[in-house]
Amino acid sequence: MAIKIQTKNLNFFYGEHQALFDNDLTVEEKAITAVIGPSGCGKSTHLRVYNRIFELYREQRAEGEVLLDGKNILDADVDVLELRRRIGMIFQKPTPFPMSVFENVAYPLRLHYKLSRSELGDRVRQALIDASLWDEVKDKLKSSGLALSGGQQQRLCIARAIAVEPEVLLMDEPTSAIDPVATLKIEELMFNLKQHFTIVIVTHNMQQAARISDVTAFFYKGKIIETGATKQIFTNPRNRKTEEYITGRFG
Amino acid sequence: MLGFFIQLTVSSSEIWQTYGLGFLASRDWDPVNDHYGALPSIVGTLVTTAISLLIALPLAFSAALYLVDARPLVGEILGHAIDLLAAIPSIIYGMWGLFVLAPLMQDYVEPFLVETLKLNTLPVVGKYVGSDYNGFGLLTAGIILSIMILPYICAILRDVFLMTPPMLRESAYGIGCTKWETAKDIILRYGIRGILGAVFIGLGRALGETMAVLFVIGNIMDMPENLLSGATTIASTLANNFPEADGLQRSALFALGLVLLVMSFSIQILAQYYLHATSAKRGEER
Repeated sequence: MAIKIQTKNLNFFYGEHQALFDNDLTVEEKAITAVIGPSGCGKSTHLRVYNRIFELYREQRAEGEVLLDGKNILDADVDVLELRRRIGMIFQKPTPFPMSVFENVAYPLRLHYKLSRSELGDRVRQALIDASLWDEVKDKLKSSGLALSGGQQQRLCIARAIAVEPEVLLMDEPTSAIDPVATLKIEELMFNLKQHFTIVIVTHNMQQAARISDVTAFFYKGKIIETGATKQIFTNPRNRKTEEYITGRFG
Repeated sequence: MLGFFIQLTVSSSEIWQTYGLGFLASRDWDPVNDHYGALPSIVGTLVTTAISLLIALPLAFSAALYLVDARPLVGEILGHAIDLLAAIPSIIYGMWGLFVLAPLMQDYVEPFLVETLKLNTLPVVGKYVGSDYNGFGLLTAGIILSIMILPYICAILRDVFLMTPPMLRESAYGIGCTKWETAKDIILRYGIRGILGAVFIGLGRALGETMAVLFVIGNIMDMPENLLSGATTIASTLANNFPEADGLQRSALFALGLVLLVMSFSIQILAQYYLHATSAKRGEER
């Protein structure tokens, strides 16, 4: 399989405090890569480098290389707005914008493309279909996005992210605030989405990682301890620390 | 509150008996012939307030936006500087307006607006700009007021920006918004209640401000013809005329006071009603 993202010697700092140490990770195209590890191990931090969202905070800084299709996205000449179109992000909690269901999806489309009204309507509809949300919201496109249930809100955020046809979806514990039934729906959705997108998901939930991912990376104290096919990691981990974590001896 | 209301109504009863509600719509203020009308003062009050909000809101919005993201030291110093504007007594603003702002307006700002920007050639609104450079008038008063209400609006807007959930901000940036787009499309909508609150606080202060306006508005009891013409506001009319007023004029001044009270009070009611309505709606949505 082709390589979509490759990090080389990625180090990350919150001010003086170093949070990531020489992370080397390969993310395969159109597959789901799960990032697991105990709280505070740097898995979210690692993910937040890929779309440079950490740059919103003055004291945070990344060193090293993150190659997206071979081009280092940390270079100064990278167009960050275009980068964030190519790499969408889903957060721990649903974050619908304070506007209607339709506008939530139409907003990023207007930001990045010049579309006619009918094209816009089509693209919004397609994104909602692809996020398995269309049937539930087609009669209330004009009501507020905040009026949906938690699971629906999260799928609305996924629709919003995929509407601009990104190449990569970053998911930072996307189901941690959502009930089990809604979680299952989102996992099914991710399974469909990986035909078109490269997905990197940070998760606390080891069953989730085992269920949905193709590749798993285990983080511990800011270092990548082990990466490999998910099956191998969960059945036959090479590192003792990985084994201890997945068998629930700490975490 | 009710006490003020009753006292003002009783003291102004003579004027209501003489003119009825026509007092509010009448343009004459002629103590020599004992004719009184409220319209010039009301218009002056509304226009200066509107100008001050038009200037202060965008300024406060940009300043607050900059301050919440600024380097800590810069943000703190500038933030305190803006906060301190609120500590300046209004009489000082008035004196500054009289000796510094009004001459500046007369020599530079007003000629610039008219001769360089040619605002008075705009269709429809052009004729309300005017071309008498005397430094006093509605525009100068509006500018003074905008500086006075800026710290209040700015402080509330800063809180609104700080209260926006970080994850919502990050999602906006995460889909490729610029800082400006995030502020105007996402944070503004999210904090609309707080922002309206800021507007109403500014409005309330601007409506009732007396001393600073008194010094720069020109205190002309005629209907203002344009932005640069001298005018008066309710509060400055009261302050100017009470010492030597008696009889019907005294009653007219009380009536003006009543009008001002009703205006501020209605704004408060409207604000409360609006805030209540939006919060009820949001409650349903959750």
